[in-house]
Formats: sequence, structure tokens, C-alpha cells
Amino acid sequence: MSSRPANQKPRLALRGIVKRYPSTLASDHVDLTVGVGQIHALLGENGAGKSTLMKIVYGLVRPDAGVIEWNAERVTIASPAQARRLGIGMVFQHFSLFETLTVAENISLAMDEAIRPNELAARIEVVSAQYGIPVEPHRLVHNMSVGERQRVEIVRCLLQSPRLLIMDEPTSVLTPQAVLKLFETLRQLASEGVSILYISHKLDEICALCDSATVLRAGRVVGVADPRNETRQSLARMMVGTELKKCELRPREPGIPRLELRDFSMASLDPFGTTLSEINLTVREGEIVGIAGVSGNGQRELLAALSGEISGRHSGELRICGQPAAPLDPAQRRQLGLTFVPEERLGRGSVPAMSLTQNAVLTGSNFGLVRNGLVRGGAARAFTRETIAAFQVKGANEDSLAQSLSGGNLQKFIVGREVRFAPKVMIVAQPTWGVDIGAAQLIHQALIDLRDRGVAVLVVSEDLEELFMICDSVGVLAGGRLSQLYGAGELTSAEVGSLMSGAIGKHDEVRDRV
Amino acid sequence: MFDWPLRLEKRPRPSAAMRVAAPAAATLAMLVTGYIAFALLGKNPLDALHTYFISPISSVYGFGELLLKATPLMMCALGLAIGFKANVWNIGAEGQFTLGAISGGGVALFWGNTLGSLTLPAMLIAGALGGAAWAAIPALLRSRFHTSEILVSLMLVYIAQLFLSWIVRVPWRDPTGFNFPQSKVFDDAVLLPTLFEGGRTTIAFPIALCLAAAAWFFLSRTFAGYRLRVAGLAPAAANYAGFSERWNIWLALLVGGATAGLAGICEVAGPIGRLQPSISPGYGFAAIIVAFIGRLHPVGIVLASLLLSLLYLGGESVQLELQLPSAVSGLFQGTLLFYLLGAELFVVHRLRRARRETAAEVIAEVVQTP
Amino acid sequence: MAATPLIYAALGELVTERAGVLNLGVEGMMLVGALAAFAVGATTGNLPLAYLAAMGAAVVLSLLFAFLTLTLQANQVATGLALTLFGLGASAFAGRSYTGLPITGLQSIAIPWMSEWPVIGPLFHVDIPVCGSILLFVAVDVFLKRTRGGLQLRAVGESPDVAHSLGQPVTRIRYLAVMFGGATSGIAGAYLSTAVTPMWVEGMSAGRGWIALALVVFATWKPLRVLLGAYLFGGVTVLQLYAQGFGLEIPSEFFSMLPYAATIVVLGLICRDPRTIRLSQPASLGQSFHPDA
Repeated sequence: MSSRPANQKPRLALRGIVKRYPSTLASDHVDLTVGVGQIHALLGENGAGKSTLMKIVYGLVRPDAGVIEWNAERVTIASPAQARRLGIGMVFQHFSLFETLTVAENISLAMDEAIRPNELAARIEVVSAQYGIPVEPHRLVHNMSVGERQRVEIVRCLLQSPRLLIMDEPTSVLTPQAVLKLFETLRQLASEGVSILYISHKLDEICALCDSATVLRAGRVVGVADPRNETRQSLARMMVGTELKKCELRPREPGIPRLELRDFSMASLDPFGTTLSEINLTVREGEIVGIAGVSGNGQRELLAALSGEISGRHSGELRICGQPAAPLDPAQRRQLGLTFVPEERLGRGSVPAMSLTQNAVLTGSNFGLVRNGLVRGGAARAFTRETIAAFQVKGANEDSLAQSLSGGNLQKFIVGREVRFAPKVMIVAQPTWGVDIGAAQLIHQALIDLRDRGVAVLVVSEDLEELFMICDSVGVLAGGRLSQLYGAGELTSAEVGSLMSGAIGKHDEVRDRV
Repeated sequence: MFDWPLRLEKRPRPSAAMRVAAPAAATLAMLVTGYIAFALLGKNPLDALHTYFISPISSVYGFGELLLKATPLMMCALGLAIGFKANVWNIGAEGQFTLGAISGGGVALFWGNTLGSLTLPAMLIAGALGGAAWAAIPALLRSRFHTSEILVSLMLVYIAQLFLSWIVRVPWRDPTGFNFPQSKVFDDAVLLPTLFEGGRTTIAFPIALCLAAAAWFFLSRTFAGYRLRVAGLAPAAANYAGFSERWNIWLALLVGGATAGLAGICEVAGPIGRLQPSISPGYGFAAIIVAFIGRLHPVGIVLASLLLSLLYLGGESVQLELQLPSAVSGLFQGTLLFYLLGAELFVVHRLRRARRETAAEVIAEVVQTP
Repeated sequence: MAATPLIYAALGELVTERAGVLNLGVEGMMLVGALAAFAVGATTGNLPLAYLAAMGAAVVLSLLFAFLTLTLQANQVATGLALTLFGLGASAFAGRSYTGLPITGLQSIAIPWMSEWPVIGPLFHVDIPVCGSILLFVAVDVFLKRTRGGLQLRAVGESPDVAHSLGQPVTRIRYLAVMFGGATSGIAGAYLSTAVTPMWVEGMSAGRGWIALALVVFATWKPLRVLLGAYLFGGVTVLQLYAQGFGLEIPSEFFSMLPYAATIVVLGLICRDPRTIRLSQPASLGQSFHPDA
């Protein structure tokens, strides 16, 4: 990486930054220093305060206290426009692109001065060639893959010649090959003196890419390190405070199939969605099957088709516990023994403005909480109290509103609710996304316990580490197609990567179709 | 946009106190505005307010009028509120009111003498069914054709009113009525009995109160009511739970139509006594305001309908005494609704002085917050 | 001619909705505009001033709406309804002394040769607002497709959160869009009371504001279709007069129902396929924007 004289002024320095939200202290006296041409990692668990800090640097959020220095001069960053004027660019985790507009139009919106369309297109092509990031200026964004969209985001930033580039969890949506390409680009930028602030919780990448790291935990800086001298384990210990526990999967013979998809195809109702093609999947009692894949490849459609939330024209078969289930709605499928924990906790898995007791009735109506058309209030309260206790939901009682719980606690409640309905099949989407590590472990253990009790469990997740940890077998969903299932130990990371990029079944070829 | 000295900040939990206080505060603001408005119009403001709010109800007759006007408001608003809670926006209550009047009135005119003691119940049921049928049109169009129920139900209001003017002008016109467009006067047998001497309040008022109780029970205790509430608060969650959106739409609109239709027949079989082109001073629309002021809760709606009824009476009162146009009641109603919408903000947000708190203060506060 | 108020109101609402704001108060703003124009026109005889007054009055009302929904985050549907009710009441209240007053309405100019044609001849009597409506259509179309301002507006309508994180002044753009909608509704109302039926009557817009709202949906938020749809509806309204001339025995009330019934039918046809709507409807329509992190 780059070497620099020791007395050069740091590009960016944060001192004593504090930011408070109504229910949490997101930043607690944070100090951060990034040098010129340095690739600096900001490391921490979900919820450690990384995003807040980056929003402060980019001017989206004002700190309640603290000092920001740019090239050793004190500044106040009041808005993204001002941040850009200083020379700070940001590539967002959840892309800030407009689907119905073209690449050039999107970039034009992000620029502060109006540039004529032809000139802009030309400049886009120049930057694109300079850094090896192919983009087409006149394409509509909704036609583009996730990897392509990220490239647009990066080009958008580079057009403004930033001196500091913030990358917020850039690789959560990329295949392993695309990640390598991204690293090349970042190294090229660093060699030109651009500082990079790299936010992530992926330790392998940070060890491979960064030359300095600040570790955050619960809003506080717990250490500054040089990843080149650290191991994955030592960084993890700083991040988490304890050793990473491993879940134990005792080998077990799976039983009869509980969930079956045969040659299942379904067109997406959403014009911007993905069509499912000829999916073959079997989940048997007593096993956990995982489906990996970058979001946007049909996960949403597959989950909705399985849960019954979408019913469109389809071909092929879907069976739950042996019964044809395609024409059934979610309530009827629950009566067959299916439960489902969706990706969105608030607004889909729970009603934010209702209490936990009322939220128990949401799916509990199929399991005894409603009788003769009347809601059984007493039974619902008892059920909720027990669920809260059994799943260690903290900071809430049965009357708390769902929206007042933290992400981890709400997820524990929802998982607990579904588990306690004694299902025969359980489907979980992104089980530990945005959840603190204690809750994540509890949820993983709950899923494994279910499996040991003979339930068929299907987990759909973007987190490869999680899937390999708890699943008996894993398949990859790419472009609406599902690969065959492999045992958890059979695949390497690179093979999964190439499956994700669409080379179904040919996992010894590395086809870069990103 | 601007740098306010005060900052709006989201509360950690919606304030229950403000929920109740907001309508009260809005009413107060409306009174203050009225005070100023009367003063600007050159009338003694306190006198005018007294004429508007107090004198209409200071007699038995006046009190009866209060309940009389509150009844259709209450009935319509209860049905509308059930729909609004499910995010189904039935704006066409006025049209369903009209259809209810026509269907119930038809029963009265043509079968009034043949049904004996069943006449009144038959009329009421016919009215409710007529209103519900009219509301079925937007329901069908929304559930099958995904059209906005706001626009469809509204268009149907105009159609319903035109239909009424035709029906009293041509087929049902009173032959002895000097060519005025109106139907025969209803016989005593088909009129609703009054409640007490000296007032025009009919048994429709207690019926409305029963409806309120039924609505409360429905929303808070039944599963169907729960499903409607979930659909309004989080449609994705309702889908996740398997609650049929179609069912909810039909239920919400049919209930709204039925209560509005019932209100319609109660009006024409009560104070009006016949079918005529103009049977409502905008009850169907005012009921929307009632529903909001009552915060979509049956108890609130009962109180709010009394308030808005008073606003109507006040309008008539100042027209007589102070020679102001009765349209002033429309102004009061609109203003009240505006204030309420503004006050809603404070249920979810609160004002804070925007100053840079020191880090120590910030931490101290966070530690105290549960 | 009957289509012109619809064009103005619908184009204005189209711009408002493309920015993601649903303003149901069009009917109220139209009425207020109609009254203002009539009042100024009848007392001063100065028609351009009357139109300015109409725009001003409607813009004031739209500002109230914008303040409640954009700054105070009130529910857009409820506030729009309140605006309509308020507009109805306020115009009735303030307009009582103007009922029955005479006014010299707008003079129309007959296009020399085309206005001689049989049945559709009268369509070619144009006046300034009619020409203005065509110009407005062109202006709106170009604005939305070609200018940076239009791009910003469309972006805000699709996703105000993303636009905000890019540094766009979301609230300001929405305010301007709402005010534009108010101004055009005012002109529409003014045209009603000075040209279509040169007089003031309580509630004289008779639901045209609502039809304009339906028009925007019917046109899938595209300006050209607004124009076509407006002329279609104008035609239906005018049909009334001609049919009576043909001696058909249908009661007048049923003819008056035609525009409303036609609106329902058209809406049903357009909205039937949810994909059409999802592709064209501004994604954030009706949702409040919370700028605070």
C-alpha cells in the first residue's frame, strides 16, 4: 500500500464526536484519523455506530458534540453538498439511484452544477476507462444488475475528484470476483493520494485491503489497529469483546420431505422483479437447508411464493407436508404447519404501532388465539409473556409497541413467536440482519433446536458465514434459478461466488458475468 | 429549510396524552379564530360566540335539534371510521346517504300500508341495504379493477344526487304537490316516533348510540375488526398474515355504505318527512370531519358529532340573529379540521429548543431514558 | 372550451403528483379561484387582474396545504379533503354578495375558416386561456422531460429519501410543485366563472376538480394524455347540449350524470392492470417525507 511521510497532515480527523438518538447513544466520544492515501477500515458489528459516523462525515447528520478537521482545519459539514465541495464522496450501502432514470440522469442529479448531457456522458466515459469501471451512460437503472449499479455509484463519486471516498459496506452485494476487482480500483485510487474510509464487518476483506482500522463497539472506539499485523481472530475479539462461539450441528438423518418445489416457475408481478425458473427444492424434516445469493436474484419472489403472499400464474408444483399448496393463502398454509419469519421485521413481520400482544395475534389467529371470530385477549397476553421470557426479549413487556424494540429484540420476538407455534416447516429470511451478536446466537440456536426436534427449516440469507455455520446443505439462487444443493463442507468461497454469478453447475469455471 | 429556533423531534413513544388533547386544543383554536372572525365582521365577538354556541341549545327544542342533527353525523361517521382505519377512503357517504333515503323512502311510499308493524324496520333495512349497494360499486371497482375508491365514491355522489332530483321530479312526484319536485308526505305510520315532548329527536338517536357501541365492540374485540386495523396500519403485515385484502375492502365499504344509508332513511323518515331534492346539508362530508375529530374512535365520534351538530345549529342561529350567511358553519368545520390536522403533529413529535447540548448532558439524559 | 379548466387543473395536479404529493384539494382551490376572479372581474372589469387574483387566492390555499403536509407532516389525503371542504365553505361564505351579479365574460375569437364547420365548428372559438392551456401543456412536457428542474422533480417523486441524501432540496421542490398546482387550479376556476358560465354560484365547479384528479390517473401521469383526456371529457359534457337538440327523450339529469359515469368507467379500464399503474405512478405518491435522520 502507500507509504507516506510521518509528519503529513491527516486528511480527516474526528475528535470527541457524540450523537444521540431518542433511544440510543449512537456515537460516544469517537475519535478517528485518516491519513492521505490511506485505506482506513471502520470496523464493527451491526449497530455499532458505523453508519451514523459516516452520515456525520457526509453531512447528512449533525453531531451533538465534537470537532471535525479536514486537512488539519476545523470545518462544519452542514450538508452533503458541502461535503462534496470539501472533496468527500460517499458510495452508499443501499444505493441512492432512481430506477426510472438513466445512468447519466442519475449522475447529473448528484452533481452540484448543471452539466450539459453530452459533456456529462463524455466525462462518464473518461472516468470509466481510467479506472476500469465499465458503465453505459444511457441505460435505465432498473435494467442493471446490482454490481453494475454499484459501479454507477462509484463513477458518480469519482466524477467529482474526491479526496476522501467513503465506502459503506460495499461488498455485501458483490460476488467474490467482483470484490477483487473493486479492491484493485480502490488501491489505484489510494496510490493517487485519495483516502478511503472503508466501512465493513467482514474481517477477511479488511485484512486483505486496509492498512489501518478503527474498531467500534456500541458507539465507542475500542481500538485502533493495523490489519496487516492482525489476524482475523484478534480483530474479531476487538469487535465483539469475546471469542466467536460456534454452533454445534450434530449429524442427523433427515426424514420425509416437508417442503417441495418441483420445476416451479413464476413470473414476477413487479416490472422490476425477477422471474423464477424451474426451481427444484426439497426440505425434509430434521434438516436445515440454506439458500445463498446476492439480493435481487429472486429471493424476494421465492419467499413470497413459498409463504403465499404472492399468488400469480405459475407452473410446476409446490407441496407443503405433502399437500399441494400453490392455491393456498398464507393463513391456510399456516394451518398446514408452515411458519415464516420475513426479512422486514417492522411493517411485515410485525405491525409497528401495535403492542407485542396484538402482534402475537397476527399469526397466532391460526394457532388458537382467536375463537368464534373474537380475539382471545387473555390467551394472547399469556402467550406473549411466555415468548418474551423464553426468548430473552429485553426492554419490553407484552404491552410495548413493536416499534419501540431494538432490532435484535424484535427479531427474537418474531422468531420466538413463530417457533412457539410448533410448526412443521419453518422458513426464515435474513435471520440475523442488523441484529446484535447475542441475539444472533440465540436465534441460530433456536433454529438448530427446531431442526433437532424434527422440523424442516429453510434459511435464505446473504450472509455466507451464517449459512455455512448452521445449515446441513446449501444452494445458490442466481437470476431466478436455484443450483443443486451441496453439503455445507463441499463448497469453497470461490465456488459459491461463481455460482452466484450464474454459472450454475459449472463451479470449476470462473465466469465473470458481474 | 429554514433554521427554526425550535426543533421538531420525534418522540420515543407516541404520546397518549396528546391524543386526547389534540382535538380539545383544535376546538379551542377554532373558538379563538371564530372570535377574531366575528370581530372582523363587525359583530360583538362574545355575543356572536354566544349566539353561535350557547343559545341554540338553551331550550328543550334546541337540545332536541342538537341530538337530531348529531344522529346522521354519528351514523355516517361510525361507518366511515371503520373504513378509514383500514385505509379505505370512502368519500361518497353523501351519495350512500341519498341512496338509502331513496330505497327506504320507496318502501315507505309503496308498501307503507301493507306491511303493518313491520314497516319501520323494513324501511330501515331497505335504507341500509340501499346505501350498502351504492358502496358496493367502489368496492367492486377497487378490488377487481384497482381503482381509487376516493374518486369512484365521489363521482357516485353526484350521480346519486342527480338520480334523486329526477326521481322526485318525475316518477315519484306528489300529484297534489303543486308541481314541486317532491314526493308525497309520508304518513304518520312510516314516520319515526319522537323521543320526548317538545323536541324533534327521533328514535334514530338511540339507534345511533347502539351503533356506536357495536362499532366499539367490533373494532376492539372481533377478529374482523383486528384485520381491518392491521390492514390500515401495515398492509404488508396484513398480507403476511394472510388477511384477505378483498374481504377488508368489501367489509369497510359496505359497513360505511350501510350506516350512511341508514342515516339517510332516518333523516327522511324523521325531520324531513318526505323525499325531496335536497335532503342533506352535506352530512356525508361533515361526517368525514366528525370521524377525524373523533380520532376514529366510537366514543370520540359520539362527542365529535355533537360538536359538529352544534356548529350547524350555530350557523342557522347567527343567520337568524346576526344576518350572517349559514355557510359560516362550513368555515368553522373546515378550520376545525385544519387545526386538528396540525395538532396531530404533536402526538408523534415534540418541540425542543435547538442548542448545542454538551456531551455530559447528552449522556446524562440517555442514561435516564428507559 | 369545456375541457380547458380540466386541462389547467389536471396539468397542475400532475406536476404536484410527479413530485410525490397527492393534493385532493383541487376542487376547493378551483372554487376559491373562481370566486376571486369573479369578484375582481365584476367590480373592476379588469379580466387579467381577475385571473391574477384567482391564481393568488388558490396559491394561498395551496400554501396552507403544503404547510400542513410538508412541514407538519399531516396525512395528505385528510388534509386535501379538509382543503376542499374549507374551499367550499369559504367560497360560499365570501361569495354570497356576488351571486347574481353580472359580469362581462371573456370574448372568444373565432378561427376564420374552421369555426364554420357544422357540428364541431363551435369548438374552434378560442380565447386566450384556451391557447394558454396548450402552451401550458407544452411547457409542462418540456419541463418534465428536458430540464434539470424537471429531473429533480421526478427524482423527488420517485424517492424523496434518496433525493435528500443526494442533497436535493426535497421540501422546497415539493412546496413549489404544490404552489404550481394551486396556481393552475386558480386559473381553471377563473375560467369557469368568467368564460364557461360567466357568473358566480355556490359550488359551481360541480366536481370538475375531482374529474381533474381522475384525469391525472387516467393519463398515467403523462401530460399528452391529460390533454387528450380533457378534450374527451369536455366532449362528453358538451354532448348534453347537442343531444337535447336532437330531441332525445332522455331526462336531463341522466345527461348530467354522463361525465361522472364516464370518469368511473375510464378509471376502471385504466387501472385494471396493476402493472400499468406501478410503472407510471410516482413511487412516493402520498407518502410524507421525514428529513430528520
